[in-house]
Amino acid sequence: MQRRQFVHTLGAGSVLGAAGLVSGCATPGGSGGPHVVVVGGGYGGATAAKYVRLWSDQGIRVTLVEPSATFISCPISNLVLGGSKTMADITTPYDNLVKRHGVNLVRDRVTRIDPDKRTVRLAGGAELAWDRLILSPGVDFLWDTLPGMLKPGAQDQVLHSWKAGAQTVALRQQLEAMPDGGVYALSIPLAPYRCPPGPYERACQVASYFSKAKPKSKVLILDANDDVTSKGPLFKKAWAERYKDIIEYRPKHKVVDVDAAAHTLKFEFNDDVKASVLNVIPDMRAGDIAVRTGLATANQRWCEVDFLTHESKAAKNIHVLGDAIQVAPGMPKSGHMANQHGKTCAAAVVALLTGKQPNALPIYNNTCYSFVSEEDVVHVASVHRYDAAQKTMLPVPGSGGVSSAANELEGRYALAWARNIWADTLA
Amino acid sequence: MRRHKMLVAGALAGWCGWASAQAVDPLQLRSWAAACAACHGTAGVAQSGMESLAGANKDEMFKKLMDFKTGRKPATLMHQLSKGYSDEQLQALAGYFSALKK
Repeated sequence: MQRRQFVHTLGAGSVLGAAGLVSGCATPGGSGGPHVVVVGGGYGGATAAKYVRLWSDQGIRVTLVEPSATFISCPISNLVLGGSKTMADITTPYDNLVKRHGVNLVRDRVTRIDPDKRTVRLAGGAELAWDRLILSPGVDFLWDTLPGMLKPGAQDQVLHSWKAGAQTVALRQQLEAMPDGGVYALSIPLAPYRCPPGPYERACQVASYFSKAKPKSKVLILDANDDVTSKGPLFKKAWAERYKDIIEYRPKHKVVDVDAAAHTLKFEFNDDVKASVLNVIPDMRAGDIAVRTGLATANQRWCEVDFLTHESKAAKNIHVLGDAIQVAPGMPKSGHMANQHGKTCAAAVVALLTGKQPNALPIYNNTCYSFVSEEDVVHVASVHRYDAAQKTMLPVPGSGGVSSAANELEGRYALAWARNIWADTLA
Repeated sequence: MRRHKMLVAGALAGWCGWASAQAVDPLQLRSWAAACAACHGTAGVAQSGMESLAGANKDEMFKKLMDFKTGRKPATLMHQLSKGYSDEQLQALAGYFSALKK
C-alpha cells in the first residue's frame, strides 16, 4: 500500500502546495515518524506545535495550519486602543517555529475534520493526514443572539475587537474619529467568555485615551454579569480614583439586540442606550471548526477534554486546547492558560505516540496582568493541579491572588511577561 | 533536549534522601518546569525583564522559593504561585532548573 506522501519543507515561509499532499490512500503519518497536525496558531496551538517538536527530539512531524500571516496578541492589544502601543508591538512572525523547530507552517484554514479517516481538509483544497490532531481554534461568536448584527454592514460598523488584528485597528480609528463629548459604550457578555478581565482593562485604556485627548467624553460599561467578573475591587478603585468623570459601570445589562444604523443597544430589562461608538463583545463559543466536528459537547458551546491529555471526550486522537475548552473550576479562558494547555497536551501527545504513559499530575499556573493606565497594572495569579478523584484541574487551596494595588513595577513585569510568553510560544 | 534529560536524570539520581523516597518522574518534572517557562523562558532562559532560571544554584533557588512561599521574601506574585507547590515539588523544580544550561 502506498503511504501518504508528505512534503516536508524547512525554512521561512514554507508552503505546502495543494497538489501532492495526499497521494494514494490509507496509512496516516507517512514516512519519517508520526504526524501531528495542529489547527490554529494562537497561544495554545503555537505552543503545542513547538513543544511537540522539542519534546520528541524532532522525531514527530508537526504541521501547523494557521490562516494569519503573523501572530497578533490579544493580551496587550487594549494598549493599542489606548494609544500607548502599536500593532507592530503586539505582532510576532511565525518564522522561528519553522526555522528553529522544523514545524511545517501551512497558511490556510481547515474547513473539515474527519475523525475516522484522520484527515483535515483545507480551504485551499488540500487534505492532510494525521496520527493525532491538536485543535486550538479559539472562539467564534454567537451572532444569532443579536439579530441586528446579521444585517448587511452591521458587523463592519459595530466592532467586537475581541480577536486582535484588523478590528483592533478599526476600533482605534473609531475612537480617534469620535468627537470630544461623545460616548463609547462597551457591552460585556455573560461569563464564560475569552479573557475575563479584558473588557474592564479596555474600559481603562479607552478612558486613559479620553482623559488626554477628549476629556469631555464618556466610557459606558454595560455588563451582562451581576458584577465585575475579575479583579473587581481593583478595577472599581481605578475607575473611582483615575476616571471618576469618564467611566460609568452598569451591571446586569444584557444586550439582546443591536441597531447598528441608529448606534443603539437594546437590553433584556433596561432602557435602550445610544452611543457614538458601540463596542459589542458578543456571546461566544468554541471556534466553528470544533463545533462543526461535534466536539462542543458542553451546552453546544465548549469542548470537554480529559485534563491529563487534552484529548476530546467526544473524539479519540483529537486534542482541544485554549479558549475552546469547557474550563475546569477556577480556570480562566486566557492566553497564558492556553500556553499551559499547549505544553500539557504536547507532553501527552509525545507520550502517547511513543508508547509511554501521559503525566499523571499536571500542575500549572495562570498569570494575568491588566493595565489600568499606560503604566500601572494589577494582576491575578493562580495555580491549578490535577485532582485524580474529580478528574479535573482545581486551584490549589491557599495559592494565587491579586495585586494589593495597581503599581508601576507590575507594569514593567506585564511587558516582560508578554516578551517571555511570546518567545515561549513562538521562538 | 536529550542532553537535558540526562542531566536531569543525573540530578535526580544524585539526590540522596527524599529523592529516592519520592522519585519524581523526570518527564513529569519537565512539564512542571515548562509551566514556569511562560514567564521565565523556554528551558529557563528568559527574555529581558524576567529572571532566567537555567543554571541557577539549586540550594539558593530552593531557599528563594521557600522564602516566597513562607512570606519571608516580598514579591509581586511569586508568593502566591509558590504556595501552589509542595516543598518537595519546589525542591525538585530547583534541581531541574539548576541542571539546565544557562
